[in-house]
Amino acid sequence: MILTALARLGAWTLGLLAGIGRFAAFTAETVSHAVRPPFHGREIGLALLQVGWLSLPVVGLTALFTGGALALQIYAGGNRFGAEAVVPQIVAIGMVRELGPVLVGLMIAARVTSSIAAEIATMKVTEQIDALVTLSTHPMKYLVLPRVLAGLVSVPLLVAVGDVIGILGGWFVATERLGFVSTPYLRNTINFLEPLDILSSLAKGAVFGFLAALMGCWFGMTSGRGAMGVGRATKSAVVAAAVAILAANLILTEAFFSA
Amino acid sequence: MIELRGLRKAFGANTVLDGIDLDVGRGESLVVIGGSGTGKSVLLKCILGLVTPDAGTIRLDGQDTREMPRDAFLARFGMLFQGGALFDSLPVWQNVAFRHLKDGLSRPEARARAVDSLARVGLPERTADLYPAELSGGMQKRAALARAIAASPQVIFFDEPTAGLDPIMAGVINRLIREAVTDLGATAVTITHDMTTVHAVADRVGLLHGGHLRWMGPAAELDRSGDPYVEQFIHGRAQGPIATLR
Repeated sequence: MILTALARLGAWTLGLLAGIGRFAAFTAETVSHAVRPPFHGREIGLALLQVGWLSLPVVGLTALFTGGALALQIYAGGNRFGAEAVVPQIVAIGMVRELGPVLVGLMIAARVTSSIAAEIATMKVTEQIDALVTLSTHPMKYLVLPRVLAGLVSVPLLVAVGDVIGILGGWFVATERLGFVSTPYLRNTINFLEPLDILSSLAKGAVFGFLAALMGCWFGMTSGRGAMGVGRATKSAVVAAAVAILAANLILTEAFFSA
Repeated sequence: MIELRGLRKAFGANTVLDGIDLDVGRGESLVVIGGSGTGKSVLLKCILGLVTPDAGTIRLDGQDTREMPRDAFLARFGMLFQGGALFDSLPVWQNVAFRHLKDGLSRPEARARAVDSLARVGLPERTADLYPAELSGGMQKRAALARAIAASPQVIFFDEPTAGLDPIMAGVINRLIREAVTDLGATAVTITHDMTTVHAVADRVGLLHGGHLRWMGPAAELDRSGDPYVEQFIHGRAQGPIATLR
């Protein structure tokens, strides 16, 4: 009984370690293709469009509503000890350092990771990836690298846009609902932010974009057969990307802002 | 042209190919028949390098394929996949001209060649700008065939070319395969369990069963092979040496 349980635990641990090893090898291979031609420029352009440009609406709306809600929360909370005036500063630091990158990362995980995983898994199930190989085209170069590059490049830009829109959402609520005056609000926001805040935000965006795209590609390329395989790959990719983004956020926050 | 010696492949405890020896001559049309799950597709995928064999050698024109430059090796092959495997995200002409575009041909020239290839399989020019999902099953198969022959490969593999098609469309595909072999002078290996396809396209036939090529001979001798496995298979009998529950 105990030996059986130990054997199962051992098998599970070995499986986990093997999976981590395979994922590490996949990541290394992806990165290695970034410095080895040929490059599929058209695929990279399309991936930038899909990951970056077409994510703008959901990122913008998420940031807008979150910035507005954050202003209301900080005003209500600050009111308890007479600190309502810090709304511009806290909205700015909250959006730029934390909420902007994390929410954009999670939105990308929901919108892009799922799409990448489902698309690649379907291609695998329908032998399109085998067909690519027979046409002398490396799937890592044609499918994986463009998407990972697009995540790495476009998500920091999305985070920057999300930061700005989130701050503007807070500004709108603060000036329209909470009685703040526009110009001092914006001046306080700009004066309070430091270059490190913005740098950390963009760096988080790059890491989150890389992770989100990589997870989608990994689970797509390793998906099982049939509709169930595609569904499982998609679900696992989104969950893994979300967890990886939140874990990376903690590590990066510690790296940038620990005393 | 293609020589397999001692080819073995197992998936876990399931040995699919158990020491296959096979020679396919230049310009020959070989059809491999066998029940579902007997490793016919795995055989083709091993030759193309899509699946790594556990043992054995594969030679193309006398050269071990493991020692050949991968791109140059693959450029000599065309493959028609069972489901077509057209790329959903590309219009039909870009599917057909995929290799031309990859090799740097200009887009107008590549499109013109794709239209020519589509015409060869009986698809009108208007289908070139459609996406695969906008085509019927038979048209998808023909577009996939156009892609397989577009770069005039020396060897063409056909994996269940008529699966899921009505008899008329299956007949059209069989004729196109035979024409591809005759007109292009290509070497063809077709795997199927459709006996109409066997009679329409085969010069030589092999029966794959239990990991071995159980019988191999000219297509004309298939009906008088005297082999109980072949007899059962070609007549579709439930009783015989081939188990119906596999």
